[in-house]
Amino acid sequence: MDVIAVSHLSKRYDETLAVDDVSFTVARGATLGLLGGNGAGKTTTIAMLLGLLVPTSGEIRVLGHNMATDRFAALARMNFSSPYVSLPGRISVRENLQVYGHLYGVTNAKRRIAELASELDLESLLDRAAGELSAGQKTRVALAKSLINKPDVLLLDEPTASLDPDTGDLVRSWLERYRAETGCTILLASHNMAEVERLCSDVVMLKKGRIVDHGTPQELLDRYGRVDLEDVFLDIARGRTTLEAPE
Amino acid sequence: MSLSLRRIWGLMFRHIALYRRSWPRLVELAYWPILQMSIWGFTANFFIARGGSNAAVIGGAVMGGVLLWEVALRSQMGMSITFLEEIWSRNLGHVFVSPLRPWELVAALIGMSFLRMMAGVIPAVLLAWALYAFNLLSAGPVLVLFFLNLMVMGWAVALAVISLILRHGAGAEALAWSVLFGITPFSAVFYPVSVLPHVAREIAFIVPASHVFEGMRAVLIDGRIAWDELGWAALLNLLWLFGAILIFRRQFQVARTRGALISIGE
Repeated sequence: MDVIAVSHLSKRYDETLAVDDVSFTVARGATLGLLGGNGAGKTTTIAMLLGLLVPTSGEIRVLGHNMATDRFAALARMNFSSPYVSLPGRISVRENLQVYGHLYGVTNAKRRIAELASELDLESLLDRAAGELSAGQKTRVALAKSLINKPDVLLLDEPTASLDPDTGDLVRSWLERYRAETGCTILLASHNMAEVERLCSDVVMLKKGRIVDHGTPQELLDRYGRVDLEDVFLDIARGRTTLEAPE
Repeated sequence: MSLSLRRIWGLMFRHIALYRRSWPRLVELAYWPILQMSIWGFTANFFIARGGSNAAVIGGAVMGGVLLWEVALRSQMGMSITFLEEIWSRNLGHVFVSPLRPWELVAALIGMSFLRMMAGVIPAVLLAWALYAFNLLSAGPVLVLFFLNLMVMGWAVALAVISLILRHGAGAEALAWSVLFGITPFSAVFYPVSVLPHVAREIAFIVPASHVFEGMRAVLIDGRIAWDELGWAALLNLLWLFGAILIFRRQFQVARTRGALISIGE
């Protein structure tokens, strides 16, 4: 069953077509990487998936719910993390997680917060103001917030940005384990190609709002004759086709 | 607790936690009402000392006006500023992708507005009693209706302000502090509507607060409850609130279409 089904999705702002006839599906337990340069339409697509933005045309279904008419039923089983959307900095990490525990209707939120604090190494940070944390610590707290409701669908925008390599690796391992244990479906926007190769079962490449290629990481590598996704990304960003890409 | 109530409480808890950790915010809640009460209380005392018993009655009405107007002001500001706190902390993105419905957001803002209003007005009421021997509670149970009408008017105005912020971004935030002051001349807070010029009286008639303050003077000066004024205040409040809800619903949808919920802090 497709947990995310995006069909002919478009978004126009006045004269600018930010997303142009995008369609893709994500199966249960899969991780889809949404890749593209700045202005490719990744953030706009994620915003529409989350119901923050109304599409100009097309349809989005998440967990069987039409996001145009029934988004709150889906949102209760989804969550989102981005280093570019803050959590309130003046209140403590524990209070932040309590707030989102209430908003997502988490039963036994106290125990869930303790679990997440232990697993993401946040125990020593729980009573500190969220605004006083380092960028890496904030990213881990944002990840904890995104997992507070044990989501069935997780949307991650640059989840390991600002993390040192060791912590970044811990977070990736944790996401892999969480997906394996829960069957969670993940949509990941990232510029870290090694991360995409490691976590994603499928990749959608966006350019100027359109899907220019898609497939498994291995399929893309084979198609462009490259050994890593970074080079595939550059080929697409610079307009080289699969045929033009060097051997 | 139902899931809906829990979500409303969740957002209120976020702001209560904020106030628990920020004494300047707590002080700010009571600062202005106390300052207003001090200035107008001394002014009223001066007139009472010069003018005798009639002046004492009018002085009492002025102090009642100051205190009750703070109910409307604090209710409106409390709701608008609570929403602005979410913008300032750049947290709205997380709030709007949670299962919190727009009406639950409004309910949480109203809840916080009530708490903020009480935290601001109660110290001023106590000050009026301690310094000027003015007991607002002497108006009797009808005071509840005065409070309720002024709170609802404040919420309707706040909802319109929030709609403008959704439409024009944080650039419209100055309205959160200033908009109700523009209505003050037509609210008959310190003087009866009859002293206004004809055109201003027409405007005052459609402002719920003007009927509340006419009702307050009827109680404090004439010792009677002006049910007709209270009826007009309630009816106008229903209309104002209905209009504000329509504007909010429309602007929320426009914000979702234009992408303003993503970039509202800018």
